[in-house]
Amino acid sequence: MNGYWPSATVEGREVDFLLLALLLVSYAVLALVFGLILLYMVRYRAGSGVSRGARSRKTWRFEISWTAATLAIFFGLFIWGGDLYVRLFQPPADALQIYVVGKQWMWKVEHQGGQREINALHIPINRPIQLVMTSEDVIHDFAVPAFRIKHDVLPGRYETLWFQVDTTGVFQLFCTQLCGVGHYSMTGEIVAMSQPDFEKWLANGAGPEGHEDMAAAGKELFTAHGCSGCHGEGGVGGSPETTGVQAPALSGLYGRSVKLQTGATVTADDKFIRDCILTPDKTPVAGYPQIMPSFSGQISEEKVLRLIAYIKSLKSGSRT
Amino acid sequence: MTHSAAQISYLEDGHTLRNWLLTTDHKRIAILYVVAITFFFFAGGFAAFLMRYNLISSHGLLGSAETYNRLFSMHGILMVWFFLVPAVPVTLGNFLTPLMLGARDLAFPRLNLLSWYLFMAAGFVALYAVVAGGVDTGWTFYTPLTSLYSKGHVVAAIVAIFIAGFSSIATGLNFIVTIHKLRAPGMGWYRMPVFLWSLYATSVILVLATPVLAMTLLLLAFERIFGIGVFDPAIGGDPLLFQHLFWFYSHPAVYVMILPGFGVISEIVPAFSRKELFGYKFIVWASIAIAVIGFLVWGHHMFVAGTSLFSAIVFSLLSYMVAAPSAIKVFNWIGTMHKGYIHFDSPMLYAIGFIGLFTTGGLTGLFVAALAADVHLTQTYFVVAHFHYVMVGGMVSAYFAGLHFWWPKITGRLYPEMWGRAAAITIFVGFNLTFFPQFVLGYLGMPKRYFAYPQQFEALNLLSSAGAVVLAIGYLLPLGYLTWSLLYGERASANPWGATGLEWTTPSPPPTENFAVTPIVTQAPYQYEQPEAVIHE
Repeated sequence: MNGYWPSATVEGREVDFLLLALLLVSYAVLALVFGLILLYMVRYRAGSGVSRGARSRKTWRFEISWTAATLAIFFGLFIWGGDLYVRLFQPPADALQIYVVGKQWMWKVEHQGGQREINALHIPINRPIQLVMTSEDVIHDFAVPAFRIKHDVLPGRYETLWFQVDTTGVFQLFCTQLCGVGHYSMTGEIVAMSQPDFEKWLANGAGPEGHEDMAAAGKELFTAHGCSGCHGEGGVGGSPETTGVQAPALSGLYGRSVKLQTGATVTADDKFIRDCILTPDKTPVAGYPQIMPSFSGQISEEKVLRLIAYIKSLKSGSRT
Repeated sequence: MTHSAAQISYLEDGHTLRNWLLTTDHKRIAILYVVAITFFFFAGGFAAFLMRYNLISSHGLLGSAETYNRLFSMHGILMVWFFLVPAVPVTLGNFLTPLMLGARDLAFPRLNLLSWYLFMAAGFVALYAVVAGGVDTGWTFYTPLTSLYSKGHVVAAIVAIFIAGFSSIATGLNFIVTIHKLRAPGMGWYRMPVFLWSLYATSVILVLATPVLAMTLLLLAFERIFGIGVFDPAIGGDPLLFQHLFWFYSHPAVYVMILPGFGVISEIVPAFSRKELFGYKFIVWASIAIAVIGFLVWGHHMFVAGTSLFSAIVFSLLSYMVAAPSAIKVFNWIGTMHKGYIHFDSPMLYAIGFIGLFTTGGLTGLFVAALAADVHLTQTYFVVAHFHYVMVGGMVSAYFAGLHFWWPKITGRLYPEMWGRAAAITIFVGFNLTFFPQFVLGYLGMPKRYFAYPQQFEALNLLSSAGAVVLAIGYLLPLGYLTWSLLYGERASANPWGATGLEWTTPSPPPTENFAVTPIVTQAPYQYEQPEAVIHE
């Protein structure tokens, strides 16, 4: 299951190429350094009668030229590595989003359809996948060597990682950030399947217990935790006449820019919605009194993700 | 005091414990440090050996991940703060700085003694943390694992490092003032040996960076003890803030470890090539450049930690820039060997080993500075191998090179040369056997700090552990023959290697006052005569 070479992703193969270039540069320099040392060790050993000739005193020309050559090679490698890195961390807009929560010591995955898995991630091939990741406790790191990618998973943040696999197979998943005593056991598998197989898996293979769509589960939470009491059924917004309080409408919120009382303007993304739920004091929205209570400690990271999925699903003006 | 009294060797000048523990003689304090540092090196090394034992099997032979985590934390903490950071400055630096400058002592002898006591106090607190049960967070103390989740004795470890930091700061200040004020008449800046330049650059880093570490650890302790939200987002903190602050100290600290090593090598290569150091001024300014740019590269530890793309790109570029001065040094050492008369005594063998291992470590630094390559390699054994090549292959080799070079000066005794050469070669071979397989392991994706690991990594781990046995023998050899030389070694002359430098003009071992008459410096360092020129004229 651990075919290392070549990478299962296009970007990963580009990383391999960069690594190969680095390896060649290193071998060339090592050959030069070791070669010269060995040559001088033999040729200029104390007992050797070889003529030393005149000593060269002027050194600045040597120094400038080998420093410049070194810097030129370094700059080339920097550009190469930097350009690829930017692409590694800029997901395509049409990527399939899957949610990942790290916790001492397991990976909890939830698909948009509500299918949940632990220490495993099923994905379709030939389709960009974007993971939205957060942690319930300490810093973890989601690493898949076969894809040549990894990214830290931090508490209180959403970090994303994207990749597109072009071959089916099972690939190892590691946590690579020390996260406590069970760190070494926080491993899993990525199962890359063809699109039809993936859909079949989503439909019936994803665990015995019934699951519901993430947004639908979020809708239930929205009611159960009393969000609808202020924000209205369907997140249409509240006013003293309808709900008793002035609360912003949530339908159509996702992706819009929001003006805060501090004067700042922020985009309503996953992170912003999470902050509004857990630390509403820090994100007071302009035009509304800051009366929302914090739900920190009352709902898990997974439930927050479901609420976000629900709010995301609320299109402007919809009244589902 | 008569003239002859002033010539009594510093080792003969009073034999009571009190004489030693209350001494303000920089040479005796250096010896006190050598004893302490040797102890910590072997304690940290013992932890490493148990780790390599555990990793022989993919299931982990120690039986408990808890034990393994505590071992690697102990290994890291002891090695970084109680060996690598202090080693060369407080032993060789302490002993040699006044001798190389033509001075009688450091500028603040009592502060020097206080530094040793602070260091010992820190060491005892660190050992308490180990004995009480240990720390399971690794030497990097990442939050919020360390601040709120760890069950280890984190606070004791923090206190130990906090105290050790004050020892570093005091030592750094002492060297800076000494080098500014106590140079012998005629010793202009460009007549100063490179070792002192590198010590100067190191001291500047120590004085500027260590307070940041102290402050960071204090904040960590506040969060852990009082629950004040600094780093844990659940109570309003920022988990990345800790990494920024920690690496702002800890990356420059890498240069604290390696710069004095560069200095040692820059003394040894000319001495055993009987030739002037090639590109003296370039080597000097490369040290200063490393110290300055070294402060601007901490972010390269965080390419996958969740910082912005922009900052990652800037830190990558700066990291490549800091590598250039290191490359300059390697080329200049090789240039020094060109057309020399090279003698292969033990210090030179260690120095050549240093150049090879450090170059390998430096080149693999290019891999982890190249952003996209770093994403794959970081937090794997590739990084473990990379920094061990730089720190252990580099700095420890340089420390051993320096210890062998100046051993006759420090003790007045020679050691058996054949044993010295055998140890240098054993260490080089053992080191490569231990750490080269780890590059491949990292390339294949094996994460670091795993107590047990997938089966496919077993063969390479076994090879690495086998190499560790050779390496351990290599490190035990000098312990044996250097101790032997203390008792039975041949008496050394003032200048057994025929080296230049003021320290070789005093008797071995030097008298308490160093110089009967303050020397006057009339020429640049490393004025070695070419034997050929002597023969033909």
